[in-house]
Amino acid sequence: MSKRIDVKDLNVYYGNFLAVEDVNINIEAKSVTAFIGPSGCGKSTFLRTLNRMHEVLPGARVEGEVLLDGDNLYGPGVDPVTVRTQVGMVFQRPNPFPTMSIRDNVLAGVKLNNKKISKGAADALVEKSLVGANLWNEVKDRLDKPGSGLSGGQQQRLCIARAIAVEPQVILMDEPCSALDPISTLAVEDLINELKDQYTVVIVTHNMQQAARVSDKTAFFNIAGTGKPGKLIEFADTTSIFNNPAQKATEDYVSGRFG
Amino acid sequence: MTATAVRKRSALTKGQLPKSAPYIVLAVALVVGAAILALIGFNAFGWGLVSAILFAVGLVSWSGAVEGARKAKDRLATCLVVGAFLIALLPLISVIWTVLVNGIPGLITPNFLGTSMNGVTGAFDNKAAEDGAPVLGGIYHALLGTIQITLLATVISVPVGLLTSIYLVEYGNDRPLARAITFFVDVMTGIPSIVAGLFAAAFFFAIVGPGTKTGAVAAVALSVLMIPVVVRSSEEMLKIVPNELREASYALGVRKWRTITKVVIPTAISGIASGVTLAIARVIGETAPILVTAGFATTINNNVFGGWMASLPTFIYTQILNPTSPSNPGPSDQRAWGAALVLIILVMLLNLGARLIARIFAPKTGR
Amino acid sequence: MTTNSLTTSQGAGRAGDKVFSGAAMAAGCLILAVLFGVALFLVVQAIPALTAPPESIQGGHGFFAYIAPIVVGTLIAAVIALVIATPVAIGVALFISHYAPRRLASGLGYVVDLLAAIPSVVYGAWGAAFLAKEISPAYDWLANNLGWIPIFAGPASATGKTILTAGIVLSVMVLPIITSLSREIFLQTPKLHEEAALALGATRWEMIKMAVLPFGRPGIVSAIMLGLGRALGETMAVALVLSSGVLTASLIQSGNQTIAAEIALNFPEASGLKVNTLIAAGLVLFVITLGVNMIARWIITRHKEFSGAN
Repeated sequence: MSKRIDVKDLNVYYGNFLAVEDVNINIEAKSVTAFIGPSGCGKSTFLRTLNRMHEVLPGARVEGEVLLDGDNLYGPGVDPVTVRTQVGMVFQRPNPFPTMSIRDNVLAGVKLNNKKISKGAADALVEKSLVGANLWNEVKDRLDKPGSGLSGGQQQRLCIARAIAVEPQVILMDEPCSALDPISTLAVEDLINELKDQYTVVIVTHNMQQAARVSDKTAFFNIAGTGKPGKLIEFADTTSIFNNPAQKATEDYVSGRFG
Repeated sequence: MTATAVRKRSALTKGQLPKSAPYIVLAVALVVGAAILALIGFNAFGWGLVSAILFAVGLVSWSGAVEGARKAKDRLATCLVVGAFLIALLPLISVIWTVLVNGIPGLITPNFLGTSMNGVTGAFDNKAAEDGAPVLGGIYHALLGTIQITLLATVISVPVGLLTSIYLVEYGNDRPLARAITFFVDVMTGIPSIVAGLFAAAFFFAIVGPGTKTGAVAAVALSVLMIPVVVRSSEEMLKIVPNELREASYALGVRKWRTITKVVIPTAISGIASGVTLAIARVIGETAPILVTAGFATTINNNVFGGWMASLPTFIYTQILNPTSPSNPGPSDQRAWGAALVLIILVMLLNLGARLIARIFAPKTGR
Repeated sequence: MTTNSLTTSQGAGRAGDKVFSGAAMAAGCLILAVLFGVALFLVVQAIPALTAPPESIQGGHGFFAYIAPIVVGTLIAAVIALVIATPVAIGVALFISHYAPRRLASGLGYVVDLLAAIPSVVYGAWGAAFLAKEISPAYDWLANNLGWIPIFAGPASATGKTILTAGIVLSVMVLPIITSLSREIFLQTPKLHEEAALALGATRWEMIKMAVLPFGRPGIVSAIMLGLGRALGETMAVALVLSSGVLTASLIQSGNQTIAAEIALNFPEASGLKVNTLIAAGLVLFVITLGVNMIARWIITRHKEFSGAN
């Protein structure tokens, strides 16, 4: 499992507004890549184009190619639904389905797609996913309780379990810790470290220390001004971005001079 | 307490009426009001009215003398606003009281709920009025008709209304079509109920044949009134489902229609169900559209699609306006009020049910 | 390009999406069609009455001579209802939004909603059996003391079944509509405006006059318009309460008629051209209420855009 992503000349538009301009990036399989940058620089927008989630917003469209192990996400005849089963996503705020139990939340990807699954296989999948999300020991006795009764950090790990239960190749995370307290954040960061053994992980974060802690490579996005498109400024190993950046803007940002 | 009482009055409370002022004025107004009413003949309504006026005048003029014109104006406004609320309560209490007092004798008549008006003629009513024989006849046929008509209207309205609200919230995206639908749904809420009845009648006259009057025609008329209510309430409920849940579902590779049917609707179901129940409560008491579409029947009709059909509201209406025995309308009135009581109880139960549904089926968050 | 593994997808799911969105859109279009159908069928069935020779219409002077007095009667009843209901409704709305203790407010709102829940036929029965009887002494008094005003000209109806009684019953029925809309608008008054007024030392009433009422004015106007729409179209309160007759200036004598009640009273026994005449009357009512409601909605949407810009 896990595939690489290659982005070629990607522009993202909202209607006629160019939100992100000319991104080229190669994301390795089984690695953690962090996107950092000031608010509004387009890093979350760009992240959403990696599993076509931007299409949920009216008027959003892209030009260019995103290749998942060589297959273009935007090729003719590609079904966004198929893309999303291969590229999972975890959101800023934990969003377990309030009408479902913990167990059903984990199985949501399977059940909502109306796939038939035996009870034994379902049990195995639930356990495997929750173990994979470091949540099994905390919830194994209350799998039939509603997911919304968990703490924020547990809910977020439940959402990660839900994402890995559909066995994606890539997991995208859009500021997964920004709504969590430090202890829950630590738990999620530990989990990200484990996930990269099996998945390609891409994470957007506001928190530079977090990027430094969890990622192998870091991409810095910036915006020239309001109304201008966001751009990829620099993409390199995390250590070199933080210790030895090639661009002046990157250095200013990581040293806390703006943003 | 005594310490505060003997303390010098704070500068901040100088020039104010004591807190107990309204109560003092109220007591005086009640006594003086009773005295005045005693002179011109006592009745409770007049006593309340005179006392209220005395209270307002007394409190405002006292406040004007001690606190100044601005404060007095404020007190006058308070009196008027509270007065408006009390006035609004009067008809509510009066209606419910009237229905209870007049309706209970009808309701407790043996077999009132179990028999129809089949075979009940003016002769029986004359006997009941003149010789004290029991009042015969009941509302079984009307109750049955109301349930059938309302049920059919619900079966028509809920799918159409729910799907429309889904279109507006999930697919509409502020397109011209969606905006047109929103606007005309709003306009539709304002269609007079009798016009909805005429539409259904005119439609069936044109399609099936002149003079077509069945329960189904009435159900179509009620649907015209019910659909906009269902659309509006479901739309509100779907809108408050957080977008994050939709995104979470899409991100799992779930299709839009499955996301809607399996995630969005279950999350909003309590609100939708409660809105539908309120819509039923609204149309179950509609009289005018049934009057022009279902005709009158005195017998049980189990077929919504054929023959005239009675309903509770039209039963009340005809019993009052065209008593079974024109010379002795008493028994008819009794039956009408009994039916009115049943109808009010039905409506109140539906309203109560809507609140219970909203509470019981709300997504659980228990830890 | 080589074969793209992402193009292999379950075609059935895609079809499901199309079917579902199509069904949703069809339902929306059905509503538009129904409204269009309401207008169309009313027009089609009304045409015979509009084109018939004048002497074959009830009254013998054609449709417009028939409909004009009952249109006026409808307006009279609706205006009475609004004149009574508006001040009370605004008072009740203010009471719930700004005067009542916070904990009671939602409960009181529910009580007012109960007024809206009571079926119209029950109001009609109450008006005919209780209110008309109780109020007729007041009509005698009006006729004796204020009889020189044309609208109170005597002799007062002995049964109390007059257009004024019908108007009062109507006012009770439109009260919850005006109240609930006004209440919503009042609750939306920006807290900052209210607090600014209070911080200047305004009393509660001055704060309401300065901040709440100006902000709520368009909302109140549209609430009144919606109430007007309801009062114009309400049938039962008039059909049961009013002892109808020709157009009369006095509000405390029997007489006058409204469109809705005219239809309800005559449609069940009507046949032939009479049916068409009554449907034409319904069309007139439809057009009037449609106009009133569209103006009300237009005011609301305009107001929404305005407040959204702030």
